[in-house]
Amino acid sequence: MSALGSKAEMERRPGGCRMHLMLCAGTGCVSNGSYKIKDELERELARHDLTNEVAVVMTGCNGFCAQGPVMVVMPDEIFYQRLSEKDVPHLVEEHMLKGRPVERLMYTPPAEKTVVPKMSEIGFFGKQRLLALRNRGLIDPEVIDEYIARDGYKALAKALTEMKPEDVVKEMIASGLRGRGGGGFPTGIKWKTCREAPGNPKYVVCNADEGDPGAYMDRSIIEGDPHSVLEGMVIAAYAIGSSKGYIYIRHEYPLVLERLEKAIEDAREYGLLGKNIFDKGFDFDVSIHRGAGAFVCGESTALMASMEGRPGEPRAKYIHTVEHGLWDRPTNLNNVETYANVPLIILRGAEWFTSIGTGDVSENPWGGSKGTKVFSLVGKVHNTGLVEVPMGITLREIVFDIGGGIPKGKKFKAVQTSGPSGGVIAEDLLDLPVDFDQLTKVGSMMGSGGMIVMDETDCMVDIARYFIDFLIGESCGKCLPCREGLTQIMPNLELQRKTAASW
Amino acid sequence: MSLREGAGRVKITVHMGTCGISAGARKIMSEVMRCVEKSGASDIIVTTSGCAGFCSREPMITVEIIEKAPVKYVDLDEKKVNRIFDEHILKGNIVEEYALALGSEQAL
Repeated sequence: MSALGSKAEMERRPGGCRMHLMLCAGTGCVSNGSYKIKDELERELARHDLTNEVAVVMTGCNGFCAQGPVMVVMPDEIFYQRLSEKDVPHLVEEHMLKGRPVERLMYTPPAEKTVVPKMSEIGFFGKQRLLALRNRGLIDPEVIDEYIARDGYKALAKALTEMKPEDVVKEMIASGLRGRGGGGFPTGIKWKTCREAPGNPKYVVCNADEGDPGAYMDRSIIEGDPHSVLEGMVIAAYAIGSSKGYIYIRHEYPLVLERLEKAIEDAREYGLLGKNIFDKGFDFDVSIHRGAGAFVCGESTALMASMEGRPGEPRAKYIHTVEHGLWDRPTNLNNVETYANVPLIILRGAEWFTSIGTGDVSENPWGGSKGTKVFSLVGKVHNTGLVEVPMGITLREIVFDIGGGIPKGKKFKAVQTSGPSGGVIAEDLLDLPVDFDQLTKVGSMMGSGGMIVMDETDCMVDIARYFIDFLIGESCGKCLPCREGLTQIMPNLELQRKTAASW
Repeated sequence: MSLREGAGRVKITVHMGTCGISAGARKIMSEVMRCVEKSGASDIIVTTSGCAGFCSREPMITVEIIEKAPVKYVDLDEKKVNRIFDEHILKGNIVEEYALALGSEQAL
């Protein structure tokens, strides 16, 4: 039955239950409160001791958005519409406990007239789960009211009015969120260290210096939803005790600049940036720093050097930027996508966030990879684009189910993750679950999220030449292995190319 | 998502991220505006949004008629926009051959 959504959702259904409540989590139903209904359903099921018999499953959109929130009860295929929280106790007692469907809430879907599939049935969309990209394609990024209408700045209000800065830090540590720029350092731990570091003022920096070839996650997030990043930054500032933030952004992103400038102006006008935010005596403002587009400036210490007006060169890692960062002051630097996740964690709680992803972060923040990751899927796949998937999905699912496989009937050869600093993953590792630790184990890394798919006609020596050539141009020249080593590798690769037919 | 302002019968969202714009979204936007003007309709809201994710199928628009599921159209050009406008927006019949999908994505 198509109303039940994709095959992926069917597979996700927990087994062993006599009844499944398929609750729509399409954007339409979510904005009509389907998560509130989910919480209420779970409360009521627990009250009647039905948790082991009846499972609540969130599904993709089933196309009856006007009747939302909608829920299908399986295996009976009974369709409920326009549910509200107050309907739930009666519904659970009557239908789930006594087995009497509630007619008042039922709906008969019209017979299918159109052959157009549902979003959840399209391979490209079916396996995605949107957290950082929760507003993609839905709001006008230049209208702050549209962001606010979709629970925007609600997390900031919650943080400022109901939580102490220490509580925000605790929530972030409990969420297990790890740095989406690629390093995978637990965000909460970084905030805690920065909060406790001596020195004033403290700074909050957003790293939007996206330089990996083929990567454009940060660009799309800011272009589509700039306020999600700003809100994350204000929450971070409150947590660490900072009143000044910077967004370091490359000059090659003109549309990002335009939309971000507008967003900052609007947020100031609404009192969400500036003095005495929410009347809580907390001040914070943000400036944009435009980078000239050097690859190395995406590295945190080089980025800060560049902001100070010095050449963009990294420094030794044992001096931590959370203690000695921008202008030698404690500085918290996170990536665009990391900040975009923050409001959701504060609003919906760490417990909810840890229900998505791999591993266990309750004892150790490095114990797993929680939440989702945004990738830009490019190269030799049918569907190229920006995808957000839960951690733990396999590369095969990304390349073949979401990407739609290799065009022109060619064979898959490899996928290159994380740009020049990452690695190439070949076919035998396609079933690898994608998370920070698994990718590192096989010699690649999560990285910021560039994913370039290659087919059998791509020559690996040429790929290596491309990246080495890129790095020769982008090397800042500070360290010998990069400055001199790369130019030594290049002739070797040229020779291989001339002598070998294809690798 | 309900229609903004409440006054409109139809909302047309043109997806204008860098990917959409480079594939021709500005031309699509102008054509949509021209169609709205030509029809004289006052119950159509035209708005923009960012990238909808599916960059290889840009330019893309989403058409949302009140009380109906949103429909995404992909690989557009000006001619296709005119047909979608006449058949779907004015008469309510989805142009199946240009439509990618109906409904929305799973959020949160």
